[in-house]
Amino acid sequence: MSETSTATGGISACSITLQLNGQSREVEVYPWTTLLDLLREQLHLTGTKKGCDHGQCGACTVLLNGKRINSCLTLAVMHDGAKLTTIEGLAQGEELHPMQAAFVEHDAFQCGYCTPGQICSAVGMIAEGRAETRDDLREQMSGNVCRCGAYPNIVAAIEDATAATRERLAGAKEVTP
Amino acid sequence: MNPFSYARPSSVEEAIDQFRPDSRYIAGGTNLLDLMKENVTRPSQLIDITQLPLADIAETPEGGLRIGALVSNADLAWHPLVEARYPLLSQAILAGASPQLRNMATTGGNLLQRTRCYYFYDATTPCNKREPGTGCPARDGLNRIHAILGHSEACIAVHPSDMCVALAALEAVVHVQGPRGERRIPMADFHRLPGQTPEADNTLIDGELITAVELPAQDFSAHSSYLKVRDRASYAFALVSVAAALDMDGAGIRSARIAMGGVAHKPWRKAEAEAALVGKPADEAAFTAAADILLEGASGFEHNAFKIELGRRAIVRALTDAAKGAAR
Repeated sequence: MSETSTATGGISACSITLQLNGQSREVEVYPWTTLLDLLREQLHLTGTKKGCDHGQCGACTVLLNGKRINSCLTLAVMHDGAKLTTIEGLAQGEELHPMQAAFVEHDAFQCGYCTPGQICSAVGMIAEGRAETRDDLREQMSGNVCRCGAYPNIVAAIEDATAATRERLAGAKEVTP
Repeated sequence: MNPFSYARPSSVEEAIDQFRPDSRYIAGGTNLLDLMKENVTRPSQLIDITQLPLADIAETPEGGLRIGALVSNADLAWHPLVEARYPLLSQAILAGASPQLRNMATTGGNLLQRTRCYYFYDATTPCNKREPGTGCPARDGLNRIHAILGHSEACIAVHPSDMCVALAALEAVVHVQGPRGERRIPMADFHRLPGQTPEADNTLIDGELITAVELPAQDFSAHSSYLKVRDRASYAFALVSVAAALDMDGAGIRSARIAMGGVAHKPWRKAEAEAALVGKPADEAAFTAAADILLEGASGFEHNAFKIELGRRAIVRALTDAAKGAAR
């Protein structure tokens, strides 16, 4: 640890446990490790993207205890015991989550870099249950930027997958109260 | 980010006890971590206050609401009592940031968020707010988003919050606890103008922790409006925003509140502008007269003088909308 200790001003890593995509994972993190860097650099779950790293683009969106957040703007150490769902945790085996399937069906991306964040954000938005109209949907998805400009197809995909996502969320609540 | 130590106290007293001059309290972290990534803020210790019992919204015996400092912006905006009694606050919060940020950002943290002045955020440039005495490049630089009211030779930055503009109009009171005990700070006295010490955004002393924000009982729920004018329809800071609230007596105005965002180092209010509306009919002439008083003394810079006329029109529009009812 001596080399590490010098680089980190003598501050050591802390052990935390996450319920990550349905599995319990114990990891060592430094206080300054963001949740995003933990996912990508330590756990090699690279589905969650680093876009701006400043909470402006939404590419790093994950579901923390069921709520969508920017994983680049929170410290991993603050989430000991939390339930975390990333894009890797949405499918059930080989069966895509309805939101993933709808994005494929509607061609809701070009380069795909924003897509994991868009999908996690859309699932989070449907769980919030506040988007009643297309205008609501567009407003409530404004935290996810798509530089390719695939917005019309993203909106269509989300509208198409809303009912199935609601069913999936209701089912999940019955399993884990 | 620089290395820092991390503490997670379980009581307010313990948190205050652990505070050192270069510590920062962290809750949502959505602004603080961003500032740390840019090396604008380099704390040696973060004190995680998320385990403290400050996450409730409760009715006060006086008929108001006491909002715990840790209540998220999303939970506050969508709370049934806030939507029913303080729709202005819900509307203002939902006009700010993104859903992801509102899920993390807290009530206390929103009060403490710092300016988005380009020069403040860029650690390679001088900035009196970041490094006192180094100068203000915004005065002769890119100042389109900057202040038109209450600015000083030292600083022309604006406070970026939407929530705080509504809290100012609603005359909220900030509850704080610190090394010298507890005190209550009216919103009007919480943020400050830059003067010669722009490094201080607010009147808190070292180690003081916001524990709650109290909304007084009032009668503006039927007539209020938050108007935010910005470069795109969503997820952008205000160029100008207006929180307008009226207590109507038929077609006449019994009392009024007007606060502006995006124009000064703090939410901008003026008692004379509000007093000028009392007893008047809710019409354009009265609203324009109030706007002129609120904007008295406004002065712009090379790129932001447009905010004066924009502000005047935004005030009239927000008051007109408020007179029609409350946006929900």
